[in-house]
Formats: sequence, C-alpha cells, structure tokens
Amino acid sequence: MTGRWNEPRGLLRPGPDSGYWLLVAFAGLLLIWSVAQTAVSGVHDVHAALAFGALIAFGELLRLNLPGDRQAAPVATAGALAYALLLRIGDDPVRPGPAQVIAVTALAMIVGALPHLAVGRPARLPAMSARLLAVACVAAAFRPLANAGLIGGRWWSELPVMLGLIIVAWFLESVVTALIRTDALRARFAVVLGDELRVQFPIAASTGASALLIAFAAEVMGLAAVAVFAAPLLVTQVALRRYAGIRATYLQTVRALARVTEIGGYVETGHSARVSRLSVAIGRELGMAEAALLELEYAALMHDIGQLSLRDPVPGGATVLVAREEQRRIAEYGAEVIQQARVLDSVADIVRRQSDPCRPANRAQPPPLSSRIIRAANAYDDLVGSSPDPARAAEAVARLRLDTASEYDPRVVDALSRLVIPA
Amino acid sequence: MDRLSRIAWLYIGAVIAAAVIVIAAGPFTMLHWKQVLALGLLLVACESAATLVNARGLAWSANTMASLAAVVLCGPVGAAVVSCGTLLGIRRGPSPLQRLFNTSMYVLSAYLAGRTFLAFGGHPGTPGPSAFPGLIGPFAAAAVVGVSVNFMLLNAVFWVTRDPGGGAGRVGLDFKLWVTDLGYGAFGVLIAALWSVLGPFTPVLVLVPVFVARWAVAQFAAQQRAYEATVSALCQAVETKDYYTRGHSERVSRGAVMIATEIGMRPERVGTIRYAGMLHDVGKLGVPTSVLQKRSSLTDDEYAAVQLHPMRGLDIVREIGFLDEALAGIMHHHERIDGRGYPMGLAGDEIPEFARVLAVADAFDAMTSDRSYRGARPVPEAVAELRKWAGKQFDPAFVDAFVAAIERDGWTAPEAAPAEEPLRTIESL
Repeated sequence: MTGRWNEPRGLLRPGPDSGYWLLVAFAGLLLIWSVAQTAVSGVHDVHAALAFGALIAFGELLRLNLPGDRQAAPVATAGALAYALLLRIGDDPVRPGPAQVIAVTALAMIVGALPHLAVGRPARLPAMSARLLAVACVAAAFRPLANAGLIGGRWWSELPVMLGLIIVAWFLESVVTALIRTDALRARFAVVLGDELRVQFPIAASTGASALLIAFAAEVMGLAAVAVFAAPLLVTQVALRRYAGIRATYLQTVRALARVTEIGGYVETGHSARVSRLSVAIGRELGMAEAALLELEYAALMHDIGQLSLRDPVPGGATVLVAREEQRRIAEYGAEVIQQARVLDSVADIVRRQSDPCRPANRAQPPPLSSRIIRAANAYDDLVGSSPDPARAAEAVARLRLDTASEYDPRVVDALSRLVIPA
Repeated sequence: MDRLSRIAWLYIGAVIAAAVIVIAAGPFTMLHWKQVLALGLLLVACESAATLVNARGLAWSANTMASLAAVVLCGPVGAAVVSCGTLLGIRRGPSPLQRLFNTSMYVLSAYLAGRTFLAFGGHPGTPGPSAFPGLIGPFAAAAVVGVSVNFMLLNAVFWVTRDPGGGAGRVGLDFKLWVTDLGYGAFGVLIAALWSVLGPFTPVLVLVPVFVARWAVAQFAAQQRAYEATVSALCQAVETKDYYTRGHSERVSRGAVMIATEIGMRPERVGTIRYAGMLHDVGKLGVPTSVLQKRSSLTDDEYAAVQLHPMRGLDIVREIGFLDEALAGIMHHHERIDGRGYPMGLAGDEIPEFARVLAVADAFDAMTSDRSYRGARPVPEAVAELRKWAGKQFDPAFVDAFVAAIERDGWTAPEAAPAEEPLRTIESL
C-alpha cells in the first residue's frame, strides 16, 4: 500500500508488538544456543555443512513474495529440511547433531538475507524466524533418532517418518505465521490459520518433496545431489514468482483505474481507496477469509464505477445523498461494467446489491455481507471524508446507527465503530 | 481432423505401423515388468495433465520425463512399451485416431532415443553411484534425439492435415517449446538416478514440484486473462462517456500492436504497448462530457481542457508499476514530430517511442471512425492522410510500418453509427 493514500482515520497499522518480538527473540536465542553448542562439540562433516549452507543461503537470496504480503523461501527451506533429514552421503552415514543443523540453517539464512538488506529491502525477521523454527523442530525430532541409528535402513521405513515431520514443519510454520498475522491484522486466528495453511500448501508440498529428493539422492550422487535436485524447485519458484507478480499487478491496476471516478470529478479524491481500506478492515473484524476479502476489496474499489454513466457528477460524489432509485441504477450499471470482465461475477454481484437495505421490505433475499459492508463504509466516508476530526467520526457512526433497523447491518456498524472510534 | 487427405492417411498409417513393428519385434527379455508398470503410470499421469497450447489442438505434456527415465532404466524396447501409456491418458480432447497417432509417435521417439542412448555407450539398467557422471553424455544425446523425433513427427502431421485454404499458419511448435520439452526430459535422469534408493516411489516425489509448477503456471495464465478482461472492461466503462469513442481504446491498442510487431519490438514491450493503447485515453474522463461531444469548434478554454487529458491519464495509471514505459507513451501521445503537439511540445526523437507509435494508431482510428463533428473516412483515404502528415505530425518509420501491416492483414474499422443513438446514460438503462 502506498503512503500517498489517505488512510482512514483510526485505522492504525499496528507496529511490531509483543508477539513479534517474542518470536524474534526466541529465534535469536535458538541461534546463539545452537552456535555455542556446535562450537563446543565441533562441526561434524564440514563439507556437507558447507554444501547445505550454500544452498540455504542461495535459497534465502531467492526468496519469494506471495500474494497477501507473505513470504516464502522454497529453496532455502528445502535445503534446510534436507539437511535435517540427511542419513547418508554415498555409503557413509552422516550424523550432524540437531544444534549443528539449526546453526547452519540460521547462519546461512542470515548470509542469504544480507544482500536484501544491502539494497534496502526489509529484513522480514518474523518470516525468517518462523522458517527457522519449523526446521529446528524437524531437526530436534529427527536427528537424535537418526544419529542413534533408530531409523531403519530402507526407504519404506525411513520415508513415513520423514513425510510426517515435513507435514509437522508445514503446520508449525503456518501456525507461527498465523499468530503473528492475527496480531498485525486484527483478524481471527482460526480464519488466518486456514488462509495460511491453504496458501502455503502447494509451496510446502513442493518444498517437502524436494527436501526428500535431495536427502535420498545424496546416497547415490553425493553432495552433487544438493545442486541437481534443487533444480525442479527452481522451476516451481519461477512459476510462483510470475503468479505472484500478476496478482500484485492486477490489484495495483484495479486500484489505479478505480480512481477514474475521482479524476472525472464524480467522487472526492481518495474516496475509493478509503472505502476499500475501511471495508477490508470491517470484513476482517467480522472474520472473513482472505479470498472473500480480496473480492470485497475489488468490489469496494469499483463500487462507484457506475457513476461513469451519469452525465453530470453527483455533487461531491456523495451517493448517500441521492435518491434510492438513482443509487440502485448506479449500482446496477457498475455491476454491468464489472460483469463484462466475465471473471469477476461475484464482485459484480456485490457491487449490484450495495445500495439495497440490509432488511429488504418484501422479504427478498438480504444482500451479501460484502455489499452490506460497502454500503456502511461508503455512507461513513461520504459523511466524514478525509476529515481527521474524531467528533465527526463519532457523529457519523451515530447517524448510521440510527438506521440500523432497516438500512445498515448492526453488526457491520458495530465493527465500524470499533475501528474508527478509539476505545 | 474430420476429413483427411490420402497423404494424411498414408502418413498416419505409416507411423502407427512403424510403432507396432517396434513393439512387436521386442525383445522383452531384459525388462523388469514392475519398473515398466511404475513408469507407465507416471506417463499416464503426465499425459493426463497435458495442457492445450493453441487452438489447432496442439497440447503439451511432460511425457518426455517418463519416457527418458525409461530409456535409462529399461532400454529402447522398455521405453517404447512405457510410451504406450499415452493411449490411456485421462483427458478429453483427442479423438481415438489422434490418440493412436500420439501414442505411436511417442513409442517411436522413445525407441529411437533408447537406440541413441545405446549408440553413445549408455548401459540400460538401474544406475548405481558409479554410473555418474558417465551417464550424462549418452542421456543428453538420447534426450535431444527423442525430443527432436517427436517434434518432426508432430510437425509433419500438422503439415499433412493442414487446411488447404488456410494458408501456412503457425502450429506453435517453436524452439521455446523444444527447449521446455528438453528441460522436462532432464527430470528423467533424476528419476533414473533415484531408482536404486527410492524405487517406484521416485516418480511420486519428482512429480510433486513439477505439478505445483504447472499449477502455478495455470494460475498465472488464469490471472493474466482475468487481468486483461478487467482492464478492457474498465476502459469500455470510461468510453461510455463519449458515444463516438466506443471501442476506440481497443482498436488503438490493436493498431499499436500491429506497428510494434512490424518493427520487431520485443514481445514484452509489445505486451506493454497493448496496455498503453488501451489506457491512452483514460484521462478523457477529466474532460467534461459536453466538451467531448460538442459538434461545433471548441473555444480556447475548452481546447485547454482537452489538452490536459494526457496528463490526467498519467495521474491515473502512474501507480501501475509494470507500465513504466507505457506511462511516457500515454503522456506524450499527442506530441508531434515537428514539435507543435501537446502537452510538452517535444519534437523528433525527444518523443518517447511508445508515444510515436500510439500517435499513429490513435490518429488512424480517429479518422476511420465516426466523430460528433464528421463521419468516418474510408481506410485508403486515412492511409493517404497518414502519409501526407508523416514527418510533420507522425514518425515516418511507424507510418510505413503501419501501412505495411494494414496492407497485409487488413483493418477492421468500426461499423458506421446509426444517425442519432442517444448516449448510453442512466436514463436509458
């Protein structure tokens, strides 16, 4: 989100809070402990440590931004998991302790992250910490067993244990990330965890499979396997990067084009952006999942596109002030425009029903939650605009509350009031 | 493929017969049937996940991965047998005859790849640690031969079944696809290498990253289509303000792409100029409707309002990151080569390339479509006008490119507008 936009008053973007620091501090302690432990007991098989360290650092260098302000480093995670699960190189057994695996992973991740810092990108400590934690958990569970020779000698006895641990790693990383995001986004944990597990699933699947391939291939090819079997994952990564790129461009373009109504003088500057931010915040407050939130954001951005059909702009663009029939026609026309894209039908539906009252008179189907949210957010913004005055915000919420019997959804107005009026 | 010529029947028959002979001749003594079965299943999985490349029915699948693994593990005959799995691929689309041909084609290319592997000194069988790196050379040769034979057979079938009247028409079998195929083929050596450790579970593990990659590519394509449709819908919404410019953005975009392709621009830049064409007039929204639809000449103030539209457009699209080069095009598409345009009065090479391309396409579409103050002109007349103003208003190189492209591919001008259709406004809904 660019800073140029007027952020709705009262919608704080919470800075790093206690959960964030707890996680980073824990990861830091883990790093110090593991390095100290490894220094005391000495490094087991320096070549393997260096080879896997190089792969992890390289993977961290290639880390990937995913839709929804997420991050992944598939190659680094695969390398670290492979190192944690490594049994033999050629015919020789390999037995690094769990501390060594954690130390190599942590140090390599830091080395790989340095170039990002050097060019001024954010460090993304929580994402790195979550990844380290997942690897640490696998290493702590698997290494003692493997080093004691308790894992069988054939693939069908080794594989189930490894698969199980990789699933645990996927789950753990998602839980940690979800905890942090719940804090940062003011959302519900169960919803965020569901989103997280879903988004991470394809990445975790390819990462896990590659980790197993590398670990097993080391038996045949030696350390060359580290490089060779990271190749399939690189293909995956390139594809994921392109996907994330087009998703970002899409959102950016809709955000930009939604401003045509502002340039045309139909609505006040920043209106679409403010309504969409407020709507998304309300939706999150009400426990909507990510996919639904994205549709809500698109719909909120384009909710006024129907005004383009007006010959002359409504004064100040305030749709709350024009007649109900007129509002409905604007909404209908906007939905028609969006429907032409043929891929955003549910968004069109949200836009179409944005001007319907939340309890329709003739027992008709009430509009979808997203429409009710946009309706309230739009009305609120028409009344308050970009004004930073808290009294005006309270007044506007009070006015919306008066109409909760038929017009506005009381739950939505409650959520709105929690967001814009400081407790 | 409904009615085939005699040559087509002969060719397809010959390929199928050759495949049958290869399989029937054997020998099957060296084959481990469990291995063949596992690889066959892998091939069925790959074939079932085939993606359509173009409208002529060219589909692409990662089959080479399985058949080249089979070359290393089971030798030429084994690879041919494994390739029969193509017949069982679970996908809609190919007719029984197409399936039969595809299968025979894969059988032949796998068999020849296997022969090449032997000729270059490879030893079929499960490779142990000592097999590397000696295995790489013969495998690479086998992969190149296998993929090339596949391409030649496929190209030939597209050639013999082509539409007699339909011109040459590219089938989409280009170098890029060849390299992609070879890349996926390289996974075959990975599967073969892991066989001694993981046995038949190897393909499952190798398939996971491959399938996730293909899923991501499919998602990318879907998002790309959605993106284009959305941009175009929003542009059309902007055009409703002025009845006479309906479809203008779409046509300017098409014209700009014709010019860009003609002068040999790189594909990514062509993609960008397509969007630039669609978005070049969004700033018109800042111009009052009454001015846009005025039938008489404009006053100075009104003209100033019109002149502002490129800057307004820039305001809107500035935030779209990937459009960098397009931004300059949108801002300067009303500059003239002689320096008498707006908004900056740039001249000659000072004007960004995109802007010079857009200017030609924009003016041409404006001439060949109806305007509130005059009717549409026929294409030859508009071409003459472009030529007349080349060097003054337009870049002559781009005018030449556009005219050449129009003469070759033609130009679909908008249909003539009915005399008095009202502006589509809220009242008429």
